[in-house]
Amino acid sequence: MSEPAKQDGEFTTESKLERLFARGEFVVTSEIGPQKGASAESVIHHTEQSKAYCDGFNITDNQSAVVRLSSIAAAVHIMRHGGNPVIQMTCRDRNRIAIQSDLLGAYSLGVRDVLCLSGDHQSFGNHPTARNVFDIDSIQLIALVKMMRDERRLLCGDELKTEPRFYIGAVESPTGDPVELRVMRLAKKVRAGAQFIQTQAVFDVEKFAAWMDLVRNSGLDQRVNIMAGVIPVKSVRALRYMKDNVAGISVPDELVDRMANAENPQEEGKTIAVELIAQLRRIAGVKGIHIMPVGWEDVLPEIVTRAGLQLRPVAD
Amino acid sequence: MIVAEQKPLAEIAENIMEAQKVLVVGCGGCVTVCLSGGQKEVDILATSLRILRKKEGKPIDTATETLERQCDKEYVDKLAEKIQAADCVVSLACGVGVQYLSERYPDKCVVPAQNTKFIGGTTEHGVWEERCGLCGECILARTGGICPIIRCSKSILNGPCGGSQDGKCEVNPDVPCAWTLIYEKLKRQGREDAIYEVFPVKDWSKSRDGGPRKYVREDVLL
Ligand code: SF4
Ligand code: SF4
Repeated sequence: MSEPAKQDGEFTTESKLERLFARGEFVVTSEIGPQKGASAESVIHHTEQSKAYCDGFNITDNQSAVVRLSSIAAAVHIMRHGGNPVIQMTCRDRNRIAIQSDLLGAYSLGVRDVLCLSGDHQSFGNHPTARNVFDIDSIQLIALVKMMRDERRLLCGDELKTEPRFYIGAVESPTGDPVELRVMRLAKKVRAGAQFIQTQAVFDVEKFAAWMDLVRNSGLDQRVNIMAGVIPVKSVRALRYMKDNVAGISVPDELVDRMANAENPQEEGKTIAVELIAQLRRIAGVKGIHIMPVGWEDVLPEIVTRAGLQLRPVAD
Repeated sequence: MIVAEQKPLAEIAENIMEAQKVLVVGCGGCVTVCLSGGQKEVDILATSLRILRKKEGKPIDTATETLERQCDKEYVDKLAEKIQAADCVVSLACGVGVQYLSERYPDKCVVPAQNTKFIGGTTEHGVWEERCGLCGECILARTGGICPIIRCSKSILNGPCGGSQDGKCEVNPDVPCAWTLIYEKLKRQGREDAIYEVFPVKDWSKSRDGGPRKYVREDVLL
């Protein structure tokens, strides 16, 4: 399998994120979950409000298998309002035909960044009796996007007249187990063509740092731009929920106690997020932060500002 | 073997409608092994149907039979006489058996008494687990003898997904994550580097996605 196709001064794509990483900027992305309805109002609101505070908006693809405004449609609204969208593409709802078609469509509309993931199982969503697809998996999806871009071919081998030049992202779960398997999976994603990684939310910085040690030892931090995930939490209830129910998230007890004893949990949640960002930034090999406010999007400008990251670089 | 689970009595009763002479047919194959459609279950079902209908004031006659196999024409032929005498046939075989009876006796209404579930085996007495998704192109040699097509909830060929935790699947904490099992097995055999190999996309046309399948052995055709 070939290495990421970047030579000196040459980019694989027109992605703003790729340029910022190449320049050594510390990249900040955030996440928007489009609303459950045929309106882009909230997407537009968050774009207007936060576009100056982050370099890209990740748009979830029917997150938790709940039907929402499509991520590609949301991307178009974000672009119209001056934001830079990163679309999520999951394998749950589309077979290889729909995936390739949607990728071509998204590129034609101006989307330049795509995050490849398998997707939450439909049993978690609002259509638990749905038939799922999972025709290809996330690693095969990464390789597919790379093939379309670098070989100008569809999966079947047919040539593309115009190739979609996507900057390819993937996710990893650093505190998931077994940890060595998580590093192997990361290596596999990088070999398949992943150029940036957004990690699952980190609360346990120690565990994350241990994973980064393994990542650095295998040289993977040199081959892929790793962004650490941060979720600002509003309440101890939300934190406990994540600790107990969200796979791959590990929350230290001290943090739970801190939230439980906080006079103003919302303020404490923001402070914790700011502190986490500062700690994660110091870990060698971390090239950026991905903030996932899950329903608390309004908090983004404040967190980014308090973390001292409010002056976002301009691409080119 | 094929694992099947008997439908609720009320549903079977509803499906036999107004029939007065009902033939209940079991199968001596898989469904006998998984304790849902053998002679014993045939007798119990026939009795239960009679009692139910009697209570409803619409009594029925039942006859019973258990074939060696219902997925074999040779055995199905033997039912001709008994079927003649029945208004309705209830089959306790898997879906194949039901269809074989229906094909062989097209004038009769054949009612399924089972929900045919999967191919699997017994893990302990009274517990059956799915093990194969009949994909048509077996990859067990490369996955440590554990099938990711069916044992991974997302049929991931390059797993695990981000939802795996403590060796369990994100879908249900009672289900082991197939990819953790695969990794552990390969590691035990000193083959964990096989994880690095990127499995290419699967040819699902060999599975059900290619339409109904047929297997022909030229050498044994008569
Ligand atoms: S790989 Fe295919 S044939 Fe083999 S056990 Fe799994 S589903 Fe069955
Ligand atoms: S947790 Fe494991 S078994 Fe479950 S869907 Fe993910 S990879 Fe598959």
